[in-house]
Amino acid sequence: MTNAALTNTVLYLDGVSVTFDGFRALNKLSLAIAPGEMRAIIGPNGAGKTTMMDIITGKTRPDEGEVFFGGMIDLTMLDEAEIATLGIGRKFQKPTVFESHTVADNIRLALAGERSPFSALFGARNRIPEERIDAVLSTVRLTEHRERLAADLSHGQKQWLEIGMLLAQDPKLLLVDEPVAGMTDAETAETAHLLKAIAREHSVIVVEHDMAFVRELGCKVTVLHEGSVLAEGSIDAVSANERVIEVYLGR
Amino acid sequence: MTRRPLILALLDGKGAVFLGVLAALAVLVPLSNLLLPEASPLHVPTYAVSLLGKYLSYALLALALDLVWGYCGILSLGHGAFFALGGYAMGMYLMRQIGPRGVYGHPVLPDFMVFLNWQELPWYWHGFDMFPFAALMVLAVPGLLAFVFGWFAFRSRVTGVYLSIITQAMTFALMLAFFRNDMGLGGNNGLTDFKDILGFPVQAQATRVALFVATVTALALGYLVARYMVTSTYGKVLVAIRDAESRARFLGYRVEHYKLVAFTVSAMMAGVAGALYVPQVGIINPSEFSPANSIEAVVWVAVGGRGTLVGAALGAVVVNTAKSWLTGALPELWLFALGALFIIVTLYLPKGIVGTLAEWRDKRRATISAKPAEVAAGAAE
Repeated sequence: MTNAALTNTVLYLDGVSVTFDGFRALNKLSLAIAPGEMRAIIGPNGAGKTTMMDIITGKTRPDEGEVFFGGMIDLTMLDEAEIATLGIGRKFQKPTVFESHTVADNIRLALAGERSPFSALFGARNRIPEERIDAVLSTVRLTEHRERLAADLSHGQKQWLEIGMLLAQDPKLLLVDEPVAGMTDAETAETAHLLKAIAREHSVIVVEHDMAFVRELGCKVTVLHEGSVLAEGSIDAVSANERVIEVYLGR
Repeated sequence: MTRRPLILALLDGKGAVFLGVLAALAVLVPLSNLLLPEASPLHVPTYAVSLLGKYLSYALLALALDLVWGYCGILSLGHGAFFALGGYAMGMYLMRQIGPRGVYGHPVLPDFMVFLNWQELPWYWHGFDMFPFAALMVLAVPGLLAFVFGWFAFRSRVTGVYLSIITQAMTFALMLAFFRNDMGLGGNNGLTDFKDILGFPVQAQATRVALFVATVTALALGYLVARYMVTSTYGKVLVAIRDAESRARFLGYRVEHYKLVAFTVSAMMAGVAGALYVPQVGIINPSEFSPANSIEAVVWVAVGGRGTLVGAALGAVVVNTAKSWLTGALPELWLFALGALFIIVTLYLPKGIVGTLAEWRDKRRATISAKPAEVAAGAAE
């Protein structure tokens, strides 16, 4: 890969491997995401999807391989907080919000800006304009739930709140892990709509099992299997791919 | 949202009641003790003033523990160590105040050092003859220990029960160290036989009343500091870390820094509590480091209601009042009663006294506000 190609990516993984107790979770995984691109990652359980996210967000260090953000920043040298501050947001598979805070406070804590304890005690963190919170809440359609405790939201609403928190971070790249798991059909459709709207201004990686949902996103698809890329292309192309069918249907 | 003056922003209903009660205690107890004749039914005897002062120093320890446990989920089973270190710093000052009036009459060395045939004052005893230095050490020693301990523990991401166990190990190790005579801190007898504090005789009635007022004031200030911390965005981040630590991390918060600030401030508060405790009970010895003491403090917070600050202070006073009464009436039953109390609170009052009262009040408000709506709906039909 030439330098020009590298600097044209928002995220670039090359030959990434990681082993847990002899189990090879990622095996020479290579992947490049262009700025503004939306990418769906699919694959059976144990294909390495979550491990890939852990590597990108600094939770896990790779045994070998390169991970670059924006073409020049080596993510393998940084920890979670540094990577988050650089502009990579992550949504967990299980909706993870701050349950004893209100919806508005969840967004307030997520909004981009100073994050030091000093700032939170005495400084700018205490003077977040309410309009910034309102703007995010209207994007994820939770305005009317503003003052409710996050614990009291429905499962789908928690997922949206978490996506809202990601947006509030104003990241360059969003990693979204199974956003529609456990959602009703109506909620799934709305989530697809929401993610497409977000993808207009951000790079997004969506990990998902639900093929109908991936089809609805209408973006390029990467299929992972046993820790490396099995196929890449449009949803129609990969679902016609012999090897993909074999892996998914276990023929 | 309009900005309110700081003091109003800090005081919710129960905070105002709490500070009101403390203010009343600070005024009425001294008045009653000093002005009313001893025969009067409203007279508070001097021993009771010191006893109440002791409870309130425990309340400050409970408040400190609630800041880290209630708001950040750090279950410290070693907070008694910070309390005891603050107590020892004060004890060292009080020992130096004895001067040549010790049993052996040595001009500088405390009695236990003369007894051990020590020839000169160990280096770490220097400076403790000055109150400002001792007061600084009351904050600095527990604060520094908490900072160093927290730095390693939080950076290594030790959480939950593992963190509880190492805090317990910390206080146990300190207890063993302080039991040794070569520590130069009085070994198992600790520090006692105090004479003066700031030139006033420790045993005198007026001094005891002044110490009581100082304790009430420290508790009020400690409450305001803790309350400021938990109502600021810092406190919201603490709760966020308690609820979903990895979420906070992936939002870009340095979780270890947030925990470290809370842990260090809390340890310093516990140190102040210990420093106020020592002159009122007249002794500090290594048993203050015993793991059981730290666990007892956790029970106070659980009984009062964790994550409420006021509840922690209330729990300390309630449990210790019960302890004083029960250890007088049926001494062998106290530990069983304490265990039973912890089980009952965990099973039936998981939010403690204050948390449960708040829940009842919210429920009542909800039904009262629901009623006019029903009436309106009925009228519309």
